[in-house]
Amino acid sequence: MSDRRTGLMVLAWGWVGVPFAYGVYELFLKLTQLFSG
Amino acid sequence: MAERTRFLSRSRTVAAPTWSRWLIPPAALSVHLAIGQAYAWSVFKPPLESALGLSGTQSALPFQLGIVMLGLSAAFGGTLVERNGPRWAMFVSMTCFSSGFLLSALGVATRQYWLVVLGYGGVGGIGLGIGYISPVSTLIKWFPDRPGMATGIAIMGFGGGALIASPWSAQMLDSFGATTNGIATTFLVHGLVYAAFMSMGVLLVRVPPDGWSPKGWRPPENRVRALITTADVSARNAIRTPQFYCLWVVLCCNVTAGIGILEKAAPMIRDFFSGTPVAVAAGAAAGFVALLSLANMAGRFVWSSTSDVIGRKNMYRVYLGVGALLYLAIALMGDNSKPLFIVCALGILSFYGGGFATVPAYLKDLFGTYQVGAIHGRLLTAWSTAGVLGPLIVNAIADAQKAAGRSGPDLYTASLFIMIGLLAVGFLANELIRPVHERFHERPVTEHGTPVAEKGQAV
Repeated sequence: MSDRRTGLMVLAWGWVGVPFAYGVYELFLKLTQLFSG
Repeated sequence: MAERTRFLSRSRTVAAPTWSRWLIPPAALSVHLAIGQAYAWSVFKPPLESALGLSGTQSALPFQLGIVMLGLSAAFGGTLVERNGPRWAMFVSMTCFSSGFLLSALGVATRQYWLVVLGYGGVGGIGLGIGYISPVSTLIKWFPDRPGMATGIAIMGFGGGALIASPWSAQMLDSFGATTNGIATTFLVHGLVYAAFMSMGVLLVRVPPDGWSPKGWRPPENRVRALITTADVSARNAIRTPQFYCLWVVLCCNVTAGIGILEKAAPMIRDFFSGTPVAVAAGAAAGFVALLSLANMAGRFVWSSTSDVIGRKNMYRVYLGVGALLYLAIALMGDNSKPLFIVCALGILSFYGGGFATVPAYLKDLFGTYQVGAIHGRLLTAWSTAGVLGPLIVNAIADAQKAAGRSGPDLYTASLFIMIGLLAVGFLANELIRPVHERFHERPVTEHGTPVAEKGQAV
């Protein structure tokens, strides 16, 4: 795969991966309440 | 204008030989993660109610209309999506979904609530339906070796969309304020950000060239499973087959069983253990809801990928059969074990998500790839039906039991047994699914190569 295509792959997966990781992080913050509450 | 139209056409989206198929899942995810915001509508309900003086029923209207429009636009727009290609579909979805937010912003700013209902529910709902089915057939064509996994990734995004939107929208409302101006600004930002986010999908999506297959992969001619067809069935013919209706019943029963728990998860776990030493606090119940979201999302990827190995029919046997056993365990154990309750609910919700994600691959097995997106759109009417049935059953029975003076698990026992019955009906419908009769198959393409999207004689 060319460097240009690799860059596009990183950008594309990062584009959706970063917001998704934020959502999962916020979810785990809520989860702690289930086991501490 | 013509140039712009061509940019969206199917012929302009045919991939170059060096294009990687692993660029298609993020294209699909950029649409599904955005439209999955719909499940986080509840974040807007309390501020809308206080700013515009609405009741709970009124503030739910945009979401309800959105889900109805999702089912209708997926059912009636499926053929257009197949004909015009995924880029056109993603563009329409992006335009409608973000316009819905912009209209809602105008509606709140001018205190015209009908504009919010029409904008988010009506226009935005079309974006939901077209966006939901937009990448399905494209993903199946790019991943003929792993169709369950491919559609699982995209449809997992729909579950993940609410995970992102829920905290993000809440933080934005905190920043701008829960006044009409604050809500209008929040809607405006949502419309603009989602348009930018979804544009990645529009730009990135490609269809494979005719005859393309993954490197080194050949259709498994010598080990063809009985249910996997190599023929194609048009959407028009698919709805004339008993297989379509069996699958409709399977999906409807599976979704009804899951959505019943999902919609009432927080009050349900609190009611179940209210009279025990392990009573569940409001914060812990919110954690339980979050855990269910995770199971719903993980099930979409894990179980649909598993279906590539064990077959679609077997996978649905697990969803419906094991799902019924998990419901039975909850019904019999009552408030005796909180961990068991949580584990069973997680299993049920993972099967709920898995049922959604596996169905496109099941359709592909039965009807081929030719118009699988359009057939999927028609099948999603089962979702709309289940969306009404599931909450109706659980809420009506819980209200009736409460009125009769009952409490704890007794509020839900009858609902649980109804869900077991529904899953049994779904199991039976799955058992009735047989290969589609060849009279429904499309005739072979001539050597002149009739374009795929334009063939489709009625049988």
